Parts: sequence; C-alpha cells; structure tokens
Amino acid sequence: MIDGGGDRQKTVNPFQPEMMRIVRRYNLTHDVRFFQVRPLEASRALALSYKPGQFMMLSNLGVGEAPFSISSTPSRPGLLEFCIRESGQLTSSLFRMKENDAIGVRGPYGNGFPIDRLKGKNLIITVGGLGAAPLRSLLQYALDNRDDFGEIYFLYGAKTPSEMLFRKEFLDMRERQDLHCLLTVDKDDTDKWPANVGLVTALFKQLKGIDPKNTFAATCGPPVMYRFVLQELLKLKIPKHQILMTLERRMKCGVGKCGHCVVKHIYTCIDGPVFSYWDVLNMKELIY
Amino acid sequence: MRILKLKKRDLTKFIDSTSGFGELWGARKKGERSAFSRLESAKDIDLEARRTILPPKKFMLPQSASMFKYDHNGYVEQLGKAPNRVLFGLHACDIHGILILDRLFMERYPDPYYSERRRKTAIIGTSCIPDEFCFCRETHTDTIEEGYDLFLSEVGSDFYLTWVGSSLGDDLVRTAEDLFDEGITVEDIQKFVDWKKWRERKFKLDIDLDGMPDIFELTLGNKAWDKIGDRCLACGSCSMVCPTCNCYNVIDTVALTKLEGDRRRSWDACTLCEYSLVAGGHNFRASRADRLKLWYTHKLQAFYGEFGKPSCVGCGRCLVTCPVDINVYTVAKTLRGEEVFFK
Repeated sequence: MIDGGGDRQKTVNPFQPEMMRIVRRYNLTHDVRFFQVRPLEASRALALSYKPGQFMMLSNLGVGEAPFSISSTPSRPGLLEFCIRESGQLTSSLFRMKENDAIGVRGPYGNGFPIDRLKGKNLIITVGGLGAAPLRSLLQYALDNRDDFGEIYFLYGAKTPSEMLFRKEFLDMRERQDLHCLLTVDKDDTDKWPANVGLVTALFKQLKGIDPKNTFAATCGPPVMYRFVLQELLKLKIPKHQILMTLERRMKCGVGKCGHCVVKHIYTCIDGPVFSYWDVLNMKELIY
Repeated sequence: MRILKLKKRDLTKFIDSTSGFGELWGARKKGERSAFSRLESAKDIDLEARRTILPPKKFMLPQSASMFKYDHNGYVEQLGKAPNRVLFGLHACDIHGILILDRLFMERYPDPYYSERRRKTAIIGTSCIPDEFCFCRETHTDTIEEGYDLFLSEVGSDFYLTWVGSSLGDDLVRTAEDLFDEGITVEDIQKFVDWKKWRERKFKLDIDLDGMPDIFELTLGNKAWDKIGDRCLACGSCSMVCPTCNCYNVIDTVALTKLEGDRRRSWDACTLCEYSLVAGGHNFRASRADRLKLWYTHKLQAFYGEFGKPSCVGCGRCLVTCPVDINVYTVAKTLRGEEVFFK
C-alpha cells in the first residue's frame, strides 16, 4: 500500500550478472591467463558495446566478484577479452575454469578513454607489465580506425620476454608500417629476444619529432613505473591534461555505491578509471 | 503544505490507526540508550529518545541482506520481499541523513534494493530537544522541509503541529482524520515560534565547521593526522553509527553440499585495514591516519564540492560511540590547530 508505484516500469538491476560462456583461455605468462568470453546468444554478443579503457565485473558462482579491464576492442565485436593474473581467491577460481564454463559478467563500467578527443591526434601508449591489459584495447581500436589518428607509438616494457603479455602479437606488430612498436625487457634470459633490452623509459630516446600539442599519451603500469614514464612525457612537453592514466582500485559495485574506490568526491568506477595526469596531481591519493 | 493540529493525548491512537500501512517501528529503550525496534503498539514508543544507537539507514540499507540467490543457472535478484513499514520518531538530522543516502542510491545508477525499501517506508518525523552532543545547527540540519511523510512538531504541552509532507502522509492522516484539527490560531503560531527559540538555546556543543573544505585541503599532509591516526583503533564503529556512511562489502555465501547460495551485501567501513587493498597486495590506505582522512574528508570536505554542504548531519553519534574520542568535534578542532583534550 505504501508503494504507490505499482505500475512503475521495472528498472534494470545494475548488479545483475549475465551468464556468459568462456570460449577460449590460455596462459599469456606463468601467472597471467587470457580469457575470451561471449554471451550465450549470438545477437546479444554482437550488440555488446563498450569503450577502450572501460572495465567489467566478473563473477564466479560461489566465490565472488571483482573488476577487470577489458583487453579487447569494440571494433572487433562478439567477444570480450580479459587478461587475469592469479592473485587471490576469485582469480584462482577463474584459473580453474575451462572452455564452455559459465561466468557471470556485468558492465561495462567507467569512463573509458575519451576517443573523440583523441581523434586526429598522435598517440603515445606506454605500458609496463600487466598494464598492457587495458591499453591493448586502445591500441587495437586505434589500429582498426587507423585514419582517425596521427602517428601511433606503442612502448611496452616487461621484466623478461616470458613476462610480456601477447608477446607474439606485439612482436609481429613491429612489422607494421603505420605503427612505431617499441618493445623492451629489463633482462633477456633467453638470448633470443629480438627487440630492446632496458627500461621502458629508455625507449623514449627513439621518439623523434613529437609535436606535443597534438599528442596524447596513455599509460598504465605498476606505480613505480608511473613516476619515470611521467618524467619522460613531461620532457616531451606533452600537456598534463593530455597525459592519460588508467588506475586500479578495490571495487564492489562499479556504479558509485559501495564506496571503496572513492578519492575525495571522485569515484574511480564512474568518474575514472581513466584520469589525466593533472587530475592525479590535483588529487594526492589517486595513485599512491 | 498542509499543517494540522494533533492533541498529544491522541498520538498513540493515531499511530496505531496507521497499522494497515505496515509494521510499526520506533525508538524503544535499550539499556541506557534507545534503538529503533519493531513495536506492537505506539504506546511502547520512547517519546523522550534522543539519538538511537543505529541511525535509520538500517531500514533502507540493512546491515546484511541478500542481493541474489544463485545456482548453476545464474543469479536471481532478491527484490520484492521488503516489508512495508511505518517508521516513527525520526529527528530532523536523521531525515537529512536519509536525503543524502537518497542522492547516492536513487539518482545516478539507481539501486533497486535501496529504492524498494525506501518506497516501502513511511517516515513520521518528530521534533526533538538537543542534548550536549547535538550539533545539527552547525551542519544546518536542525530543521527539515522534505524527506518525510509526516512531521510532528511538539508545541507546548498539549499538541503537535503535523506537517503533511507527501501524498502518503495525507493518506496516513486520513486513517484517523477526526483526531486532526485544521484550525491553527495566532496563539498556536506564537507558541510554535516561542518553542523554536527555546529549542535554539538548548544547543550546548561549541563546534565550528566554517571553512572546513579549505582546512582539509591545507592540512592533508599535516602531522595532526598522525596524532589522530595513532589513537584510532580501526574498529569501524563510527561508520556503523553514522547516518550517511553507506559503504558496503559484497560476499558470496555458499552451501556446503551443492553449488547454490546467496550474494549478500553488508556494511563496511573505510577505517578497516583491508578497505583499499587491491590484487597483488598493494594497500592504497595502509595507515590508520590515511583511512581516517578518507572518512573525515568524505564527511566535511568532499560533499561540499558537489552539494554545497557537509555530509555530516550533526547527530552526535560519533561523539557518543567512538571508544577513543575521535569524532567530528575533536577532528575539526585538531585540524584548526586548537588544543584538544581527548577523554
């Protein structure tokens, strides 16, 4: 009787996971596994839309739920891809899942990269380690819409060749004429590594004739990497608001309710996870 | 707004007449304090109650509640089961607290669980007399214009002014319309004004929240925070009793023998250690000082930017609850550089 809105339209439950199917999974490194996931119905699979830089909440029945960045690009519809590192209860349980197992998915969430503002600009994408997971989405998106962007630089540093995600995919990319693909490892323990050895910051020496006003940078990696990469980007005189970073936080909802990802009045889940370097400077707690 | 007179001696009769709307809940004595409890009749209500131990947020956002039941077919939402309730005796500060939660839960990305419970709750507010822990005047939450269905202002010794705040409130009045009187006289108005002035003088706590957002910005790296952090026990009590703390955790419970269970959400607190812990073991707020900073920034700074006021409603619960005397009063004073004598 109190609820006067009997005929009120039923709203979508933002917390409702949709059951999807694991299509394919294989190891990218010793502790990072690649998952391809697809809705049960083909029409639904093709209707999925998201932006590079967004994330989804993945659930395993009876274990729990956590946020994961999307590694695939919306320009290749039908499949969602995730790179997941085994690091806790939920991720360990995901590692036990096999092809055709059901996985709960909801999203996409977050602001994603501001694609409209990036159009027509040069891109410098710098990643370290697992940071390749969200930025592979932007890289592939830019390559699939190649005419929309200026020069594209992709700089990726991993500890060793075996720690590099999508090693073959990225090594092959070095042959592309429309991309500057610079890969490096801190240490080559194989003696067969065909690219650079050294820190990712050393790759910046190979960047020539950058026009900073017309360049956006996107970066993701471990906190220790940020400081040094940011210095290099500032040396190139790229404006702080054109340096974009995608950040990580604990999250339980994805829609600005549970409070875990809050920094001041900013919710990493809905106002981020992509922030500019200026945002980060302005909000001291955002990265450290 | 429709305003009616209700004789004090008719209060119980009126409240009991609304029983068709749902379960009656109101403040009842619990030891030396009081708690919102299920009541058989309005005669069990503690009309003298100041602040309840827990704020009324527990009706919209229960301490622990199921969001989904799951089995191998997927997740089934648990909606439609919340009871209808008539909530009696909310003070202005607590209704302000609910209005703040309404913004968080019902505006951007509406939360269906909160919304359902909110829609099914009739709120009857009552006026109150501040004690030595109340500072709602400083947070501008000592009066209330919206968010309730009915609000009863005590005027003198013989009647309440009944403010009808919603169509549902009007329906509640109609369950016992003959108890209400529309004839408000000039003397009644004068009595009400006098009562308000009298109440104003009852505030005892001297607390100054002016300029808090700037003070927070300027003291972010201040040693004062370490001092408060060292005292904090990280027990989370402040979050449990705060009317505007809404953080929650989500966990899946699982049956022992088969793949089925509940996805439940339950209250969480940003002062607890693992609150900002992420995969790989990095904790964005490993120190108690950092976590307290988040709590108090959220109450006294962050909300100003978006809504022009604090998200603290001045109810005083942190003052009576924190075992080591960390509360809005002592923190604001510390950040102002004033000497603070912790209990």
